[in-house]
Amino acid sequence: MVTLTAPETFSPTIGTAAAAADPTVLDLAASPVRELNQAVHNAVDGESWAVINPGGKHSLAVGINADIQVTIEGHAGYYAAGMHQKGDVTINGNAGVGLAENIMSGRVHVTGDASQSAAATGHGGLVVIDGNAGARCGISMKGVDIVVGGNIGHMSAFMAQAGRLVVCGDAGDALGDSIYEARIYVKGTVASLGADCIEKPLKEEHLAELAELLAAAGRTDNPADFKRYGSARNLYHFHVDNSTSY
Amino acid sequence: MCGIAALQLRNPSLHPRMGSLLSSMLCQIVDRGPDSAGLAVYNTPGLVKEGTSTLSLLGRDQGITTTAITAGVSAMLPADSAATVQVVGDTTLVGAAVGTDLLVKAVTETLPAATIIGRGEHVAVMKSVGHPMEIAADHGLEAMAGSQGLSHTRMATESAVTAGGSHPFSVADDLCLVHNGSFSNHATVRRGLLREGVMFDSENDTEVGARYVASRLKQGDTLEEALVNLGKVLDGFYTLVVTTADSMAVVRDPIACKPAIIAETDDYVAMASEYRALAGLPGINNARIFEPEPGKVYTWSL
Repeated sequence: MVTLTAPETFSPTIGTAAAAADPTVLDLAASPVRELNQAVHNAVDGESWAVINPGGKHSLAVGINADIQVTIEGHAGYYAAGMHQKGDVTINGNAGVGLAENIMSGRVHVTGDASQSAAATGHGGLVVIDGNAGARCGISMKGVDIVVGGNIGHMSAFMAQAGRLVVCGDAGDALGDSIYEARIYVKGTVASLGADCIEKPLKEEHLAELAELLAAAGRTDNPADFKRYGSARNLYHFHVDNSTSY
Repeated sequence: MCGIAALQLRNPSLHPRMGSLLSSMLCQIVDRGPDSAGLAVYNTPGLVKEGTSTLSLLGRDQGITTTAITAGVSAMLPADSAATVQVVGDTTLVGAAVGTDLLVKAVTETLPAATIIGRGEHVAVMKSVGHPMEIAADHGLEAMAGSQGLSHTRMATESAVTAGGSHPFSVADDLCLVHNGSFSNHATVRRGLLREGVMFDSENDTEVGARYVASRLKQGDTLEEALVNLGKVLDGFYTLVVTTADSMAVVRDPIACKPAIIAETDDYVAMASEYRALAGLPGINNARIFEPEPGKVYTWSL
């Protein structure tokens, strides 16, 4: 049974006006994760959900395909908000491995830290991590935008194909290894760049898109303080001279 | 995949709750390794005693009665050593007021086929095959008091699912090691240790790690130095937790594929494979929660 507690005046309505309504509260101390996920799959545009007592459980609020708002009050386990298609998920806490994995669009926001492989293979949408992200942040990203308030771990943006990764802290080793076309912005230090990833000039258009991304993430960092990194495009096609670089 | 849950209690008022807290943590990592499990508990009244060495033997049935074991061991020890034998779950504990080496000799003479899975003045080690929560219940973990506890649920990859292959590996006094991952060059390191005269109990890769750490400690390394050296010698994937009589260490390999999360408060340091194992700990909402950095050794002392 889903334990639902809602104000008596609450009734589901279609449209964005309902976003302002009080959220439906779902208590994971009393209900299994599967019922949360079924409930958010059944939800219609404009609904709002608050999840309490998440207890680090895995696969919370995955596969959302409606324009709804979900707030998780506490720490989430693995694959939170995975396969996110639409809507807005906020985790007021930390997230485990594989946050917003394969996100297609919409927005996922973590107020604490995220473990490794955050936004892995993401095709679109925005993932905001206020704290630090672990290793392999944005691995194989294919169009997602990621804004990290703190540091990111090693092998981040590995084989990144498209999208933007903004890091307001420092980046770990082998940043952007074997990168294709994503753009990476780092404010702090980079421990080392991966194969075929180089620093690139920060032009007007980059300052503009960086300002937009920072604003979208609710940040006030100065775009001019960042450096840009991207692909040297030397490893796109196999060439025997590069055989040791792959 | 394996599961680890470890707890070091800084606040003595939590000591009576060690077993119940560790049990609640263990419950959340069962999915990570449902085939076998092991526990190490430190300073648990009724299992170990100050001034007494305790050996943990694999299995409840040693082939002879506990009275016969007591008689056999006592016959080889000084008269005032007060040897005791008790069966706890699937583990036989032999204690005596003598040094550990002497007790090992007496037990090995009395029970040549016994496998010693734990030794020291402060630690009792229990391991078995089966569902981790049943193993914990069988040994009465819930009611155990103590200063530190370490638990492991195993999903075997490098050696068979046997009680002897379960973690922790306790190969020197009060030293325990658990491992999530696999060492790829364990056979090479094992050969090196064999040449040094180190004896092995199992074919397990983690035992090689434990024997290596014990060997380094014997040569004078601190626990931190021993784990740094382990990183130079052993290749593979690992998140390790190592406990001694009064300390706990956590280290992940530099690639850091294997998870680890730590919660620290004034009252305790807790480490687990996944946050959900920490979620039920007292005061967790105000704990400092972080993932250990790759390749960095963390140690905490009581």
